[in-house]
Parts: sequence; C-alpha cells; structure tokens
Amino acid sequence: MQNVVKQEIMALAGDQAVAYAVKQSDVDVVAAYPITPQTIIVEKFSEYVADGEVETEFVCVESEHSAMAASISASATGARAFTATASAGLALMHEMLFVASGCRVPVVMAVANRALSAPLNIHGDHSDSMAQRDSGWIQLYAENAQEAYDSIIQAFRIAENLDVLLPVMVGLDGFTLSHTLENVEALPDETVKDFVGVRKFPNVLTHEGKTAPFRLDPANPMTMGPIALQNYYFEFKRQQEEAMENALTVIQQMNSEYAKISGRSYGNGLIEAYCLEDAEVATICLGSTAGTMKTVVDDLRQEGVKAGLLRLRTFRPLPVEAIRSALANVKAVAVMDKCISFGGNGGPVFHEVRHLLYEATNRPYVVNYIYGLGGRDTSPVELRSIYENLQGILQAGRVETPIQYLGLRD
Amino acid sequence: MTTQEWKFSTKDIAEKPDLFLAGHRACAGCGPATVFRLIMKATRGPTIVTEATGCMEVVSSIYPYTSWAVPWLHTAFETSASNASGIEAALKIMKKKCRISQEHVDVIAFAGDGGTYDIGIQALSGAVERGHDFLFVLYDNEAYMNTGIQRSGGTPHGAATTTSPAGKAIPGKLEYKKPIADIMVAHEMPYVATASPYYWKDLIQKVRKGLEVEGPAFLHVFAPCPRGWRSNPAKSIEYAKLAVETCVFPVWESVNGQCQLSTPSKLVALAPQKKKPVADYLQGQGRFRHMFKPQNTKLLEDVQRITDERWERLLKKCGEKPKTV
Amino acid sequence: MTKQDKNWKEIAPAGVCSKSSSGFLTGDWKTYTPVRDPEKCTRCLLCVLFCPDGAIHWYPDKGDIEFDCSFCKGCGICANQCPTNAITMKLEQE
Repeated sequence: MQNVVKQEIMALAGDQAVAYAVKQSDVDVVAAYPITPQTIIVEKFSEYVADGEVETEFVCVESEHSAMAASISASATGARAFTATASAGLALMHEMLFVASGCRVPVVMAVANRALSAPLNIHGDHSDSMAQRDSGWIQLYAENAQEAYDSIIQAFRIAENLDVLLPVMVGLDGFTLSHTLENVEALPDETVKDFVGVRKFPNVLTHEGKTAPFRLDPANPMTMGPIALQNYYFEFKRQQEEAMENALTVIQQMNSEYAKISGRSYGNGLIEAYCLEDAEVATICLGSTAGTMKTVVDDLRQEGVKAGLLRLRTFRPLPVEAIRSALANVKAVAVMDKCISFGGNGGPVFHEVRHLLYEATNRPYVVNYIYGLGGRDTSPVELRSIYENLQGILQAGRVETPIQYLGLRD
Repeated sequence: MTTQEWKFSTKDIAEKPDLFLAGHRACAGCGPATVFRLIMKATRGPTIVTEATGCMEVVSSIYPYTSWAVPWLHTAFETSASNASGIEAALKIMKKKCRISQEHVDVIAFAGDGGTYDIGIQALSGAVERGHDFLFVLYDNEAYMNTGIQRSGGTPHGAATTTSPAGKAIPGKLEYKKPIADIMVAHEMPYVATASPYYWKDLIQKVRKGLEVEGPAFLHVFAPCPRGWRSNPAKSIEYAKLAVETCVFPVWESVNGQCQLSTPSKLVALAPQKKKPVADYLQGQGRFRHMFKPQNTKLLEDVQRITDERWERLLKKCGEKPKTV
Repeated sequence: MTKQDKNWKEIAPAGVCSKSSSGFLTGDWKTYTPVRDPEKCTRCLLCVLFCPDGAIHWYPDKGDIEFDCSFCKGCGICANQCPTNAITMKLEQE
C-alpha cells in the first residue's frame, strides 16, 4: 500500500497501547478512576501528564460515575474526552452510559473487560460490556493489543462523525490483553494527529432562534439534557437508532481509511471472516479468544476439515447483513459467549446471532458455548472440541444440547 | 471588577436582564425560583450552568422550552459537581489550545438538597478536593420536593415529610439537619457561605465572591417551598427572613477557613434580646403543625434547643462572644 | 401530543431546546391578581427582585414598574413584601 507510513515497533501490553493511542490522539480531557485491569491505562497516562508530554486535563475523579459525568460534560463543552474502566466501574457508570448516548457526546472509552461481582473476580470476561449492550454505545472488541491501539484511534473519528455522534467503547480482554506484552506497530505522532483531526460540531437550532455549533458556549447559549415528556422522548430515541445505523457505514469507512496509512485492517471493520468462504463448521467469538481460535482453525484446515471462524469486531451496532452473508454457506455454527445471561436461554451473542439468522435462506445449526467466565482459561484442545461437536451435529443431523458450558467442572 | 469594587443599587439589579427567564413551571410562590433569578443577576460575564435533577431543573427545561439564557447542561441527579468538573477541565484545556473565544467563563453548579446533601455529596466532595474553579449553589428547600416532598439529609428535626410523616408513633423526622456548610468548611476550601433570599444584597455579593474566588466555592441558600412546607405562597420570602431572625438559618461566610457572621445575623448576635423564638418561624408551616400539639411540646423545645446550640457554636467559630439572655 | 409537535427528523439531537420559555405564558395559572396603588408605591423595587417569575418589570425611562400579567402566577409575594402595603391581591374576575 503506497501511503503506509513507517511505524515503530514497541513492546506494549494492551493497556499501555491504549494509553499511547490516547496520548497521540490530541485528547483534551481524561477523567478516570482506577480499576483492575484498566489501571495501567490511567497510570501510564498520568506519567505522560506529569512529564508534560500531553496537552490534556487529567481529572482524577472520585468514582466511575463521576468519571462518566465529567466526560459527558467535558465533551458537551467541546472537548475531546476519553475515559477507561472495567467490570464494577462500568456497572457503576450504567446510568450515565445512557445519558452519554442520549446527549450524543462522542466520548471514547476503553473497557478492560472483566467479570462482574459477586463473587469478586478481577479477571477477564465480557459480562461488563455485554450488560451495557442496550446503552446506545458503539461497541468494538479488540483481538490483540495492536487492534486495541488501532481501534482507540479510529474510535475518535467514528464517535465524532456528524452522522454518528455516539460514544464508543473499545473492549480489550482483562489481563489476557490488558497486561500481556505484544509487539505493537505504532504510527508516528503526526500521522495519528492528522487522522483524528480537530473535532467538528454539527449546527443546531437553539432557543434563541440561532443556528450554532452543538456545544456549551456562552456566545451561543443552548440547553442540553432537558426533560422530554411523553410527547418527545420517543423521537430522541429514534434519532439515536438512526445514528447507530449510520455507524455501520462509518466504522467500515474508518477501517479502510486507517488501513491506507497503517497497512492494517480488521476484516471490513465490522466482522473478520477467517476461512469462512467454504467453511462447513464455524465458530463466532469476540476478542482475544479469536487469536487462539485461528490457530485451531489452521490445524483443522491442515487436516482437511472445512473449519472457519467469524470474529465479531463490532458488536454494536450489530452487523446483521455482514454476519448473515458470512455464514451463508456454513452448516453448523457455535457461538462463543464469555458471558452468561441468567435465565435467558443462552448467552447474549448467541441470542443475537440466532435471531438474525431467522430470516436467512439457509439456516445453519446454531449452538452456544458459555466459556471463560471469571478469566477461566480455555485451551486450544477445548476449543478444538467445539469443532468436533459441530461435526457430530452434522453427522447426526440434529442438536442434542444447544447450550453447553466449556471448561466448567461439573 | 471585584465584589469590593462592584457597587450596585436595587435599580441596577432590577434593570439587569434576567438570565433565568419567566415562563418556567415552578409553583406560585416558589422560593428557589426567586433564588435562581437573584443568583443569575449576580453573574459577571460568560457563564455556563449545570444542574442536578430536581425541581428547578425540571421546571426550567421542559422540552422544547427552556428558561436559560446561558449554556446549560443537565445529566443526572448525582452529577452537578462532576459535571462542573468536566466543564471546567474542558474550558481550561480548550483555552490553552486556543479553541474558545472567551478569556474566562464562570461555571455554576446548582443542586437541591437531594443533589447536595445526599446523592450528590460524593461528587461535590471530590470536585472540591480536586480544587476545580467553580461555584456550587445548594438551593435548600429541605426535602426532595420534586419527587413528592420526601425527607432528605437537609430536612430539619421534627419536620413532616412524605417519608417521615408525623404519625401516631413517630412525630416527623427525628434526625437532624446535616450541617452541610460546616462539612464544606472542613474541606478547607477557599469560600463557603450561607445566604437567604430576603437579604438579596448579601446573597448577590456572596455569589460574586464565590465566582471571583479561584478554586471551588460553596453557597448554601435557604429556599422556602410553599408546596412542601404547606405554607402560604405569599410568605416564602418572609420565611426566609424569619429563618435568619430566629437563627434557624444564620447567614455567615468562611473565607479560607475564617468564619464571620454576615450583617443580618450579626445584628442578632449584637442584640440577642431581639432573637425571635423558633415558634415564630415554625408557625404557619403545615410541616411543623404537629409540633404545636400538647403531646409534642418536647419536640418544640428540642428544636429551640438545637437551634440555640448551633447558634452558640457558630458564634464561637465567628469569634463573637456568645451572649446568654 | 399535538399536531404542532415535530417528528424525529425535525428536532435537534440531545434535546437541545428550541424555544425560550418566555413564549410559555404562565399567567393563566393565577387566581389572584396583584393590584398596585401608585400613590403608596415608593418604587423601592423589592417586588421586582422578589418575584419568583420575574413578572414585575422596572422601566427606568418611565421611572415606574409594570406587572406582567402574562407570567404572574398570583403568589402574592410582592404584596406580602411591599414595605408600604401598596399591593393588594384581588380575586380575578372571570
């Protein structure tokens, strides 16, 4: 690719990669509260601040709820705002996540995906961000530290796009990605600064009858976050859904635009199809598990098994068409959920995939594997057994157990 | 110009255009509405306001109408101070990066007693500890009025609310009014003051002082609510006067920890024989009606006693010689 | 909902309010109306300051105040606070 810039290879763990991306992205305000396994992000960023390497107001708020409130208000004032959290911290922000998307502020947040209490667990799973899937935030999941770095940078552009104006969360698996050192290719400062650019604002009609940039500015007073009664609330929510639909296009565009300068793209930005074109059996997963799954697929392919993998990079908005087309010829699919939806007949990703396949011309068998809760490690052997089970399903012509637990002692 | 230099007359304030506009949906006789109007008259330049969920937030921002002639943001109930933190941080950095046109923008965070004493106290304490440059205004109507008059940490001893009704077994709220201004003084913050809308000049001067201070300032404003207090709407400002005259709500300020009484309360300190009994204030408020029943005499005495004790402590703090009558 | 309410494509995002409340007349709330005796009135302007609704205006060129009945809710604070009892609250006639 002719415009790919020269990049520096740095040894960075996921958290450090995120902090570095934030450093380069001309972020104005970072308001954050530490929580394992996100702590390295805020600590690293504090070092940049203390060394005068960034022009950012760093607000050490007293809780995650305040972190999100301060991020929303900073963004509403016109600043580019970033925060980070995990697990209970994200849960504590729950109320404010809906406020952020409702206020249409382009806040970017890194989530070092971690299990929710009780019991307390500091290790990686997706229960924290899955529990927020209705909050109106765009959700991207990184497979490795490299992607975490790249996705944070793209996230600012996605969020600030005038057709989107929605907050974006980028998930990286707790400890597996957040704390594991990788070789990360980092773009030069100038390239990132050019890519993220300066934040633009849409023009809105204010109560003074003026059209003005959408931010809190004494030169153009406007009221944000009013009470909207039964006669208007519904319309504001419909606007948000429209923005989500627009995000499907914008995410793909950013993926391509970024690929031109970095040489890296993640499928089409929405999903990554790995050996899916002629696959008969496939798994769907999010995050770092995909990395291990790819090696399993490679081994199976060597043995002549038509195995494939669909990595869901964007979970919100759900890339319905992309997933349907990618699975068009697959005969049996196992959906991996690193999260449980109690009493819900399977995990959240399973629900959504099965649901979107309802209108598919050829519906494959779809089964669910709940795995990895609380940071439970999943070995390549265990992952391989999924494909063996899928093959068994094809042979038997039916599904015995639609929902199974992988790696659970029972 | 500083508060020292700003000499204003009643006419000056009356002539200044309202930034808190008419057409809001507050009740007739709403004390907080008068408080808001007066506070917004005291602004000195570009101002951004943020507010917690509550009466004044709801009545002034019913989509598509707004009563705010300044930029205004509401996010949630707990977040007046955390919003102010984000706004102030954004203004600071955007000014450094030459992205805003103003030389300086004042940030005012409003909250009721819910958003200050209780659900909002964490964010307030955090914002003050971090030293953000903003003015926090507590408009205290002594209960969660907007949701139906439920008790708060600011509800005084003996008051009847919907969650602390005066019943056969328990005569109203038994707990005491949280000394929120004292708590803020204990944060060692640059400026803390209490004010009453009857003494509007004192209130306006204190708003200005709070805005001028570099760093956080806290203003506790007494704001009678005729609906929640079951009092005559015409008397809201009168109650704001009585509260000071009875020492139920003394007016004072703390500048870098040095406390001093403000003139209206100083006059009471100097002439303690003029200090009115609390019954003068409690009278006519439906929320205290049960206290005048014979079986609740002790409750009435308790209220007088607590009022006197807090007054004496305040006098000591302000270096006034406590005079016993 | 009224016919005048806009659809989701017509309104600004994030609930940015499109109308000032000075277009929302609360004057029809009142049962009592303030009536001022201009002889007793000393133009102290306390009523202008204390009105919760800003419904009393001071006009320096006229040297006088005016009650804005389109916003006055009839609370009676002005009458109660007037130092010369120049204002009385009269029951509104139909």
